[in-house]
Amino acid sequence: MNVLMTGVGGQGIILASDMLSEVMMRSGCDVKKSEIHGMAQRGGSVMSHVRFGERVDSPLIPFDSCDILLSFEELEAARYLKYLKKDAMVIINRYRLAPPAVVSGSRAYPDVVPFLKEKTPNIHLVSGTAIAEEMGNARGVNIILLGVLSTLLDPPESAWYDAINSMLKEKIRAANIQGFKRGRQIQIQ
Amino acid sequence: MAFFISESSQGEYVMKKILSGNEAIARGAFEAGVSFVSAYPGTPSTEILQTVAEEYPAIHAEWNPNEKVALEVAAGASYAGARCMAVMKHVGVNVAADPLMTLPYTLIRGGLVLVSADDPELFSSQNEQDNRHYARFAKIPMLEPSTSQEAKDFMIEAVRVSEEFGTPVLLRTTTRISHSMGVVELGNEKGGSIPSLERHPAEWVMLPANARVRHPVIEERIIALKSYSDASPLNFMEIGSSKLGIISSGVAYQYAKEAFPEASFLKVGLSYPLPEELIRNFAAQVDELWVVEELDPFMEEQVKALGIDCRGKDRLPLCGELNPDIIRGAITGTVPEDRGVQPDLPPRPPSMCPGCPHRSMLWALKRNKCFIAGDIGCYTLGFLPPLSAIDTTLCMGAGINHAHGMATVFGPGKEKIAAVIGDSTFYHSGITGLLNLAYNKGAALIVILDNSTTAMTGSQDHPGTGVTVRGEQTLNLDLENLVRALGIGWVRTVDPYDIKQTRKDVKEALAFGGPSVIISKAPCVLLKSRKVSGRALTVDTDACTGCKVCIGLGCPAIEFRDEKAHINEMCVGCGVCADLCVPKAIGGEK
Repeated sequence: MNVLMTGVGGQGIILASDMLSEVMMRSGCDVKKSEIHGMAQRGGSVMSHVRFGERVDSPLIPFDSCDILLSFEELEAARYLKYLKKDAMVIINRYRLAPPAVVSGSRAYPDVVPFLKEKTPNIHLVSGTAIAEEMGNARGVNIILLGVLSTLLDPPESAWYDAINSMLKEKIRAANIQGFKRGRQIQIQ
Repeated sequence: MAFFISESSQGEYVMKKILSGNEAIARGAFEAGVSFVSAYPGTPSTEILQTVAEEYPAIHAEWNPNEKVALEVAAGASYAGARCMAVMKHVGVNVAADPLMTLPYTLIRGGLVLVSADDPELFSSQNEQDNRHYARFAKIPMLEPSTSQEAKDFMIEAVRVSEEFGTPVLLRTTTRISHSMGVVELGNEKGGSIPSLERHPAEWVMLPANARVRHPVIEERIIALKSYSDASPLNFMEIGSSKLGIISSGVAYQYAKEAFPEASFLKVGLSYPLPEELIRNFAAQVDELWVVEELDPFMEEQVKALGIDCRGKDRLPLCGELNPDIIRGAITGTVPEDRGVQPDLPPRPPSMCPGCPHRSMLWALKRNKCFIAGDIGCYTLGFLPPLSAIDTTLCMGAGINHAHGMATVFGPGKEKIAAVIGDSTFYHSGITGLLNLAYNKGAALIVILDNSTTAMTGSQDHPGTGVTVRGEQTLNLDLENLVRALGIGWVRTVDPYDIKQTRKDVKEALAFGGPSVIISKAPCVLLKSRKVSGRALTVDTDACTGCKVCIGLGCPAIEFRDEKAHINEMCVGCGVCADLCVPKAIGGEK
């Protein structure tokens, strides 16, 4: 199984992909995960590859092999189309962060859904950022989206709580569990 | 991060943990009994020392001003009998190359491992050099892990090989090994070595008479290591189909395995010196032999030198990182299928943060029509439009010297030549350049962008922050005094957020005939000690004339829509745009 998470530096993608990896390891899978740190922290595009199964060789997802794309930002969902499997499941967070060319007014922010539709009909937009803000912390979008993703994967709900409890500091656990539960309520199928 | 107990392949219960390659190397150092770790931060190697500092309190950990220092202090620790590790990115090894070339001549007591983290694809580097050549150049053994598990295991083996053969060992990773995460079975700590004072002048004093005697020792050692490479469990065959045989190492092995699961493999973990007998044996068992490696044909050329016919870089790229699809395409000779049209999306390059103190200083230099020799750090991002403020970037410390060379050629008063260098970069390799500038009667303006951290690699401390890697209080170097001590007469510390004054100070410095230094002092906005308010400013759109002066700062928090400036939620309230705004349309918190 290949999951690609995309978005912009600072959205909590790396922690979300760490948590997914932890849950799959605890479920007995071999897991590999790859992303780029460093310059990506400065508002650049971020892409995290998470692969799990009985045995994983390459830490990078081969082209045409991504089963699930979870994009934290709308435009970033279409930046890596070559990785998507035909009919891949695509979950896009409704959130637009203008890249520099849009900020300066030289380009328009594109609607990426038509591009994705050429590859797969399974495209779901979810209001993760709006829900996170409603819950009082826009930075909690990562755990909400992870809640959405969790409904598509085998491990039971409790496995996710085990991972949250083991990976997060106590004072932020309750809020994260709440966000995760809210994410699981979002119907995408 | 949490660990998890599970059954191992041998049916025993083991602790498993998901670790990055870097975290696994730190764990390996701990399990191997390493007691001394030195490093200079550099992507993708930085997390190794950070993990040691955070997770293994018994190991001495220190950030060094540069990589030469890091390797030399490690050598001292080794001479005292301690197991040690010096950690750096690929270009850092260039800085450490002077000690590296002679260190193998000397007697290694405690195991000494040099970790070089290379960066194929240049995710965060100025070049794509292949540091495997350093193993051959310095005549030291090299280990190349392919997974996080191997990163840990190979670190332990590297310490053992170092002590058995009395040589420094190069542990070479790449970004995809250092930053990828995988499941690692944890082991126990071996226990460290006990330091003791010994004297070995014939092996440690490298004057010609001694070094001449030591050189043959290296040559004999490499011959012994060749036999070891053939016998080592780090090099092994996986015999599958005899039609295709692939020799590979590092992450390329994983990609090749993904692309050709049925092929036969010679997996090379100890890649210098190469296992020559094993290669001959493997080549004899397969019809078509390929060497799959990232960057240079390091192994391929050595295989060909053995008289073995093989393929590799005639099809595989010399530039950039590999992936399973590139390898499949190269070996099958097929062009990858059309995967539909990739839309032309607006790019999202990394940029200086909203409120970054570098932005206004670069703006002030630019407004004074300076040629700006740059250096390695966040300010290199000032290259991007609309600031377009960086005119050269070569390597750590080069900017000051570029500026001196250029200003000298033009002569006094002809061109406005300036250099910018960060505080960490200045301590790394700017001090000698500034001394040279003063000594050789230079006239350039040098701006030290002092943001009180090593920002680009994620905020590491250095001799100017007053704090060690473990957060202990220590020396807090007085930068202005240091600059004066180097012989610079015109020195001024400025607050770059006061943009109008900064512009005047730059003008004054340029008008001064001799060498001048401006210390632009304001903490990185990502630091907790930052000066900015954190509250976003707003634009009075009725007052905004759409003049775009604020847009010229290149701040990601200022957007331009419908002929007006707008400030988004990324604004941290530094106030520089408000100070520049002619109709005073930008306001709010400051």
